[in-house]
Formats: sequence, structure tokens, C-alpha cells
Amino acid sequence: MTSNLHLWRKAVNYIMFSLAGLCTLATVSVLFGILGFLVWKGASSINWDFFTQLPKPVGEAGGGMANAIVGSFKLVLLAAAVGVPVGFISGVYLAEFGGRKFPALIRYVADLLNGVPSIVIGIFIYALVVMPMKRFSTLAGGLALALMIVPVTMRTTEQFLRAVPDSLREAALALGASKWRMVATVVIPASMHAVLTGTLLGVARVAGETAPLLFTAFNNRFWSPGWDQPTASLPVMIFTYAIAPYEDWHRQAWAAGLVLLVSMLAVNIAAHRILSMRMARRSGR
Amino acid sequence: MKAQLQSRPGWLQRALKQNPADLAAHLFTWAFAAGILVVAVLLVYELYAASSLSRKEFGWSFLLSSEWDPVQDKFGALPFIYGTVVTSVLALLLAAPVGVAAAIFLSELAPPKISDSLTFVVELLAAVPSVIYGLLAIFTMVPLLREVIQPFLQKHFGYLPFFQGPMYGVGLLAASLVLAVMILPYIVSISREALLAVPPEQREAALAVGATRWEAAWQVVTPYAGLGIAGSIFLALARALGETMAVTMVIGNAPNISASLFESGYSIAAVIANEFTEATGEMHLSALIQLGLVLFGITIIMNAIARIMLAATSRKGQTR
Repeated sequence: MTSNLHLWRKAVNYIMFSLAGLCTLATVSVLFGILGFLVWKGASSINWDFFTQLPKPVGEAGGGMANAIVGSFKLVLLAAAVGVPVGFISGVYLAEFGGRKFPALIRYVADLLNGVPSIVIGIFIYALVVMPMKRFSTLAGGLALALMIVPVTMRTTEQFLRAVPDSLREAALALGASKWRMVATVVIPASMHAVLTGTLLGVARVAGETAPLLFTAFNNRFWSPGWDQPTASLPVMIFTYAIAPYEDWHRQAWAAGLVLLVSMLAVNIAAHRILSMRMARRSGR
Repeated sequence: MKAQLQSRPGWLQRALKQNPADLAAHLFTWAFAAGILVVAVLLVYELYAASSLSRKEFGWSFLLSSEWDPVQDKFGALPFIYGTVVTSVLALLLAAPVGVAAAIFLSELAPPKISDSLTFVVELLAAVPSVIYGLLAIFTMVPLLREVIQPFLQKHFGYLPFFQGPMYGVGLLAASLVLAVMILPYIVSISREALLAVPPEQREAALAVGATRWEAAWQVVTPYAGLGIAGSIFLALARALGETMAVTMVIGNAPNISASLFESGYSIAAVIANEFTEATGEMHLSALIQLGLVLFGITIIMNAIARIMLAATSRKGQTR
């Protein structure tokens, strides 16, 4: 009897862990499924034209997404130029200067801001920037993305600054450095590498955002000069092309999807490598 | 009393005693942090102010009316709330068991090296843009649903109200499935962290009294990490409620309220994405912004619950 029970419990152990393993396998295989499918459908449509030509009018085959690629770059550049400094400096405040209550409030608000649906961020920037300017623009799209970068950068900065050992801080103070000198010349340089890498991840993530761009940056079938014109971007192009009824557009949507995904994966993997290499070096010392 | 006051000077005195450069740096960084607070307040204010037209016209009945008629300026949010909640909850029901099981596997059985690399893949999955999920869903999952899965469900479970009606592929079921796949990585990676934070003594004690590894994982470790796992599920729910692109691409975009999951539906985020730039009048735009306000409210509540749960678990871990 007891041995039967024992067998039963062993069987349950085995079966449940196998099922859990299958669940893991299923989750992980989704990524490879997505990548494989995009390569299969999109690779054949990636050519020189894709990177250098403007979209062709409906019905004409060929053309590319050069304006969307440049548009995405400009949007992300603006977003990073605005969002990263704001997030970084606030992160420095939280890690080095903050007291108790106010930083807790800021952290909570940042977390909530991080959880705001991106489409709602789009509405906010529409009301704040697009309505007064009376036009969609790269500026509005970039600000919408910047707003999504800030909370991520802030928490990353705080986390990595806190990881700097206190002995470094104490050494700097003992040498007579004032607090801001200690922060600026010891703590920040010691963590700069990790902070930058983490920030890069946050920036890469917003590069794939579509919803906040729909009614801020809008879309454009031509080049968008300057910063105050509507602009195309890769994610919005993918959306527009995927739901359109034209075979040739679907082909291009696959190609754009592949380009977007591969560049995001590349940034993520590179950042992960850099971070884990630093970690290994630290612990090896 | 006086001595106490002197030993604990007010913040102003403390600030003035500081090195002026330190004070400047403090104020400078403080201003940026406070700026985040200002932006958050501004966000709520803008949503509130920009939706005033529709809020005054419809009031709370906005939430309960199922009429959405831009031509006659009659707007109600019910079909969109219904579509949002049904797809998100169904996605959660599908994803939570798989995600938690995977998290248990990764934290309790897999060797650390394998667990770390698999978790990295899961985190990459979370970085895949939602428009790419939508793209794949339109061209792979929707035909599969239409040709294979929906006919199967209707044939064998057609007596249930969920699986009746015409089979288009797109609809509530398609949206739920995409959402389930999209929120899976969040559940796995946050639940895994909660499980890893459980002190090893808990496992050792269970194993020492003769539990199998599964019994230790399921009856001891998982309940201990329960709050963190619940937090991960709420966080995933908040993500699902606010998810826009993938849902817009497969939900069918028709404001129906139907028990059948095969039927087309509409979610709050999807209707905003589709109609915002084509809004016919001020009332239409205002109603869409009010929908945004509703969505904002729902996700903020879900997030707040999730954060409280996760904060409680990390405190629990620290006190050990």
C-alpha cells in the first residue's frame, strides 16, 4: 500500500514537472516561431529598394520604406534626447539625494506612468502638442515616446547607482569631496556603463511602439522634412500595410516586420551580453 | 524639548547648512523628479478636461449605454468595455496556468544556467513589438482559427453559447489568443522572480520531511510566493487591458455584445486607435477621449493592486 502511494507520488512528481517543462518549451518556442515565420515571409522582400525607395502608390509594385526607416530613427532620437536625460537625472535624485517619503511617491507615480496604456499616452500628447500646433508632427511623436522612456530610464538609473558599493562613496567623502562631486565623479562613472546599457534597452523598446504614434506622428507617404511635419515610421507602416487588402503591401509589411524585429533583438542581445560580461568581471575580482 | 528641537533642525536649516553646490545639485535633480509628478498630474488633467464635452452630455450613463453612433452624436462605452474585459480575462485564464507552470519549472527544476538562458529568451519575447504579434496573428492564427479550430469547437462544443455563430476567424477568440501569447512572458518572468525569492530553507524543510520535489514546489514554495505570482497576474491583466495594436488587428472591430467568442468585438484601445484621427465632430473626439479616461482608470487600478502585491512580497523577502 505504502509503496503504491510512493509510486503514485513519484508519478505525479514526474508528470507535473514534465507538463511544466512543456509549458516552458511552448513559451520559449513562440519567439523562434515568430522569428522563423518573419524570415520565411519577409526575407525575400528585403532588397536595396526597401531601404532606399519611397513607397509606391497603390497598384504599382516595388518601392520601399526609406522614409519610414528615417522617420523611426528621428522619432527615437528625439525621444531619447528628451527622455533619457530627464529619466537619468530623476534617477540620480532617487538614488543619491532623496529622503524617504517623496522618492517613494515618485517611484510609485513612475511605476503607474509605466503602466499607462501607450494609446492613452498618445491621447495625452495629442491634447498637449498636436491640438495647439494644429498638425501631426515628428515632434509630437517623439515626445510621446519620450514619455514612455522616462520611467524606465529612471528606475534603471536608480537601480544601478544603488549597486555601486558604499565604500566608494565613503572613500570619496573621506578625501574631502563634497556630495555632488562624489556623485558626479565617483558614483556615476562607476555605474555609467550599466546605466547606459539599461537605458539602451528602454529606448529600443519604444522603437517598436505603434499606438502612441497613430495620432501624434501620424503617417506620411513621402519624406518628412524638419520636425514639424507628420512622419512615417516602421511600426505604423507595418500596421497600415498589414490591414490593407493589397498583396504587395503584405509582402512589404513582412519585410518591415523582419527588419524591426531583428534590430530589436540585436540591441537586446548585445545589451544583455555587455551587462552579463560586466557582472562576470565584477564577481571574478 | 528645546534640546530635541535643536538636535533635529527643520529641513530649511538643514538645507542651508549644506554646501551650496550640494544644495544646487539636490534642487536640480529634485526638480526633474518633481517634473515627473507634474507630467502625471497633467496627464490626468488633460484627459479629464478634453473629455468634458462628452462627460457633461452623457455622465455616468456613458458606461452603460451600448449605442455608438457618430452620425447622431450618441455615444456609449459598454460594447468596448465588454470587449476589453472579455478578451483580457479570457487571455489571462489561458496564459496564467501556462505561465505559472513555466515559472515553477524555471525556478524549481531547471539547472540555473539553463533557467537563466531560457528566461532571457522569455524576456526577449516581451520585447517583441505588439504590431508584429498582430501581423503574425492576421496571417497565421486567423486562417487557422477559421479553417480548423473554430469548426472543431463548433462541432464538438457547439451547444455552448460561446462557440455559436458564423466563423470568420477574427473576433473575440482571436484577440484573446493573441493577448494570451503576449502577456505570457510577463507572467513567467515576474512569477519566476517571486519563486526565486522564496528562502531555500522552505524547500529544504519540505524535502527533509519526505516531500517530492513537485510537492515541495507546489505545496510549499508556490503558496509562499503566492502574492508575488498574483501580482504578476494583475500586472499582465493591466497590460492586456491596454494593449492596442494586436487586438485592433484581429478583434473584428464591430461594437457587438455577444456571448459567442466567434463574434466580432471591439476593445476600448482599438476603437480609439481606429476612430481618433477620423473623428467626425467634437463630441465624437470627446467621447473617444472619455473612453481613454475609462481605460486609464481601469489600468491604473489594476497596476496599483499589482504594485501593492509585489511590494508586499519584496518586504516579506527582506524581513527574512
